[in-house]
Amino acid sequence: MALLEVKNLGITFGGLKAVDNFNLTLEKGALYGLIGPNGAGKTTVFNLLTGVYKPTSGTFMLDGKEMKGKKPAEINKAGIARTFQNIRLFKNLSVLDNVKVGLHNQMKYSTVAGIFRLPGFFKTEKKMTEKALELLKVFGLDEHADTLASNLPYGKQRKLEIARAIATNPKLLLLDEPAAGMNPNETNELMETIRFVRDHFDLTVLVIEHDMSLVSGICEEITVLNFGTELAKGKTDEVLKNPEVVKAYLGQ
Amino acid sequence: MANKSNNSPLVKKKTMRPVTKQNLITYVMVIAVFTLFQTLSATGNLKYAHKALLVPVCTSIIMAVSLNLVVGVLGELSLGHAGFMCVGAYAGSFFSVLTEDVITVSWLRFILAFVIAAVCASVAGILIGIPVLRLKGDYLAIVTLAFGEIIKTIVNALYIGKDADGFHVTLDSTKLNIAADGQIILKGPQGITGTPKDSNFVVGFILIMITLFIVTNLMDSRTGRAIMSIRDNRIAAESVGIDITKYKLMVFTISAALAGCAGVLYSHNISTLTATTSNFGYNMSILVLVYVVLGGLGNIRGSIISATILYALPELLRGFSEYRMLIYAIILIVMMIVNNGTYFVKIKEKIFYNFSSKIKKDKKEVI
Amino acid sequence: MKFLSQLISGISLGSIYSLIALGYTMVYGIAKMLNFAHGDVIMIGAFVIYTLCVTAGLPTIICVLIAIVFCTLLGVTIERFAYKPLRQATSLAVLITAIGVSYLLQNVALLIFGSDTKSFTSVVTIDPISFAGGELVISGETIVTIIVSVIIMIALVIFVNKSKPGKAMLAVSEDKGAAQLMGINVNGTIALTFAIGSALAAIAGALLCSTYPALSPYTGAMPGIKAFVAAVLGGIGSIPGAMIGGIVLGVIENLSKGYISSQLSDAIVFAVLIVVLLVRPTGIMGKKINEKV
Repeated sequence: MALLEVKNLGITFGGLKAVDNFNLTLEKGALYGLIGPNGAGKTTVFNLLTGVYKPTSGTFMLDGKEMKGKKPAEINKAGIARTFQNIRLFKNLSVLDNVKVGLHNQMKYSTVAGIFRLPGFFKTEKKMTEKALELLKVFGLDEHADTLASNLPYGKQRKLEIARAIATNPKLLLLDEPAAGMNPNETNELMETIRFVRDHFDLTVLVIEHDMSLVSGICEEITVLNFGTELAKGKTDEVLKNPEVVKAYLGQ
Repeated sequence: MANKSNNSPLVKKKTMRPVTKQNLITYVMVIAVFTLFQTLSATGNLKYAHKALLVPVCTSIIMAVSLNLVVGVLGELSLGHAGFMCVGAYAGSFFSVLTEDVITVSWLRFILAFVIAAVCASVAGILIGIPVLRLKGDYLAIVTLAFGEIIKTIVNALYIGKDADGFHVTLDSTKLNIAADGQIILKGPQGITGTPKDSNFVVGFILIMITLFIVTNLMDSRTGRAIMSIRDNRIAAESVGIDITKYKLMVFTISAALAGCAGVLYSHNISTLTATTSNFGYNMSILVLVYVVLGGLGNIRGSIISATILYALPELLRGFSEYRMLIYAIILIVMMIVNNGTYFVKIKEKIFYNFSSKIKKDKKEVI
Repeated sequence: MKFLSQLISGISLGSIYSLIALGYTMVYGIAKMLNFAHGDVIMIGAFVIYTLCVTAGLPTIICVLIAIVFCTLLGVTIERFAYKPLRQATSLAVLITAIGVSYLLQNVALLIFGSDTKSFTSVVTIDPISFAGGELVISGETIVTIIVSVIIMIALVIFVNKSKPGKAMLAVSEDKGAAQLMGINVNGTIALTFAIGSALAAIAGALLCSTYPALSPYTGAMPGIKAFVAAVLGGIGSIPGAMIGGIVLGVIENLSKGYISSQLSDAIVFAVLIVVLLVRPTGIMGKKINEKV
């Protein structure tokens, strides 16, 4: 059974079909790309898959379970985590605490235990810190653990967002333009990291990206969106050669 | 790399975390100030007028700290905090007057009054929490303001009496139908009279310490992180599985319960409890908001300091008698402009930059 | 007949709320701030009229005109010195400053006029009209209030939608940055908005104190809050919303005073606001805003 099964997903904003008839099947462990010109509806697809928007048509299933109509928090608990195009960190929290918020539903103790400092508080907090630092280390952020998230340089903020998403222990990770604003070196490093986390954390990854070196470097297959509909789909190198795709990107 | 990792919290387990240290400073500060004033008061070195300020200052501090939980930690603007205080004050006084002859152990009755007030206020907190889930920003602010005014208006119109048949509750004083041997506890605009004067500075101090304990520990826990993540970025918080509804309601409930306790402290310090614009109206809510904003959003120690100074300030300015509120208003405006005005922020940044540019250069390597 | 009489005085009270709410809503629309001091400008306006009429004995119409000019200057001055430095600050900082200005105005009035309530002489000299053989009497104040409010509202709608400065106001409230790039004087437009709002407040002050002739430094506070509620009820930022919100509020307040309980009328007004916002979270005429993800 496929991990993610999207069928005829669509959404309309005041008469405009932002995404129409979107289909996608992701097998477990896949590294899949979603590309297309600006305004093609890529981020809207992410917003639909994470429950930020309610689809006007179609369904999608994770591990055979219907996800349509669920709230963002429920969808995350079911196993979909994401990053954002315009970075959304918890700016006034430390780097470590950002990841610990991600661990919120993984390691629990009650509010009462927290207020009255019951044994569960110390035990779980210690485990949370260890786990969070372990994750930060993967992204080379462990030395900034006590820094405020807003004080991190841009590239590291993007990495922290990925670390936070992985902390929620997802099955499917959605990355929205992870390489935006990065230089080629950083992009290369990021590609390594994405591959590593996919293998290490047993993830399936769906990535939106404009940087074609990243797309052709890591994505096995891609879908091209244009004006909210699917333009092409298949093996990355073949799709990128498709004249329709070239035309959509470069114009007439 | 190996050297740098020494900085990570995992290794420096033995040293105190910055949060714990900050909280400790706050506790020590409160204890020190309490000890000072308690000694002054006990040795008769405090003027009667100043002694009378001690309990109200404690009330203001609890109000400010509990409102900071909503405004500073959760990031929602509330203009109805005095409403919760009002619920607590009336519930506590009602209970104390009702049971004064039944429960003769005054400290036990007082504790029960706090518990009952906290419960009643938190029910009010849940009630206001429901619209909070649908509304944002200024719309939420006006709803909380409206809610506070509703509470104030209702207690001013309510008559409750008790006789052999049980309780009589009415909005119309002529329809109370109370037996001759009965007792009217809540008399509409005349409020509740005869509340036992159980509050004192020590109780106020203990209540501040309890409030501090609850709020600071809550902030430094799994729940607190979830709440602050909602404040910093609601959409991101949802995306990592934080249940916004649950935590917003929780914050409003806890904050309301604490404000309710502040109400009990207030109402057991005065002989006649009435609800006016200045004690339970939006004016009071706004005053507390001013404490919170000037003390710093999310900064608990700041709230304590600013509540103390700003509450005492108009009283200490009594020498200027009629000019005191005018001076207060001007100080408030000037402070806001100096703290937040574009021009002043730029100047501060410039000074700070010159001062810290050296340190920044050293740090660049790490980045 | 009682109902009709309550309804008409409700509309009259509501028109005053509308005039005040217009000041709130226009300032909110353009500067995205809750101007808490707006209610106190009403009180200042009423005191100016009171002083001029009682001490100087000037003709009423001159007093009202001077009050309008005075409040306009006051509004612009407040904007210039208290709010303009905070253009880039958080809305909470501006809100607290506005509260400070409100305290300031109240206490200046307290120092000059004292805390005792003055009895305001009505600026209206029209005799009441009675209908149905004296069963329904409409006071001169009610008639003037409704007529003046309708004229002002029509004039305001025409001004905002047809005139150049009015369109500039719409543009600035839509997008400050873009308006500036289009060559609109943003600071001037904001000052103009405060000027208009404050002038309306002066008129509202004259009408309010003519109908309810008790004047003290705190006179403006509660009508200010209610008008603020009216603005939110109608959808803050929307000019027609403020008009509708004000009148709805005034009618509900008067009817509940007449038929339910005069003590609880405030609670009912506020409860209506909560219910409306639960159904329509951005008010009757408010636009729905979606956060971009």
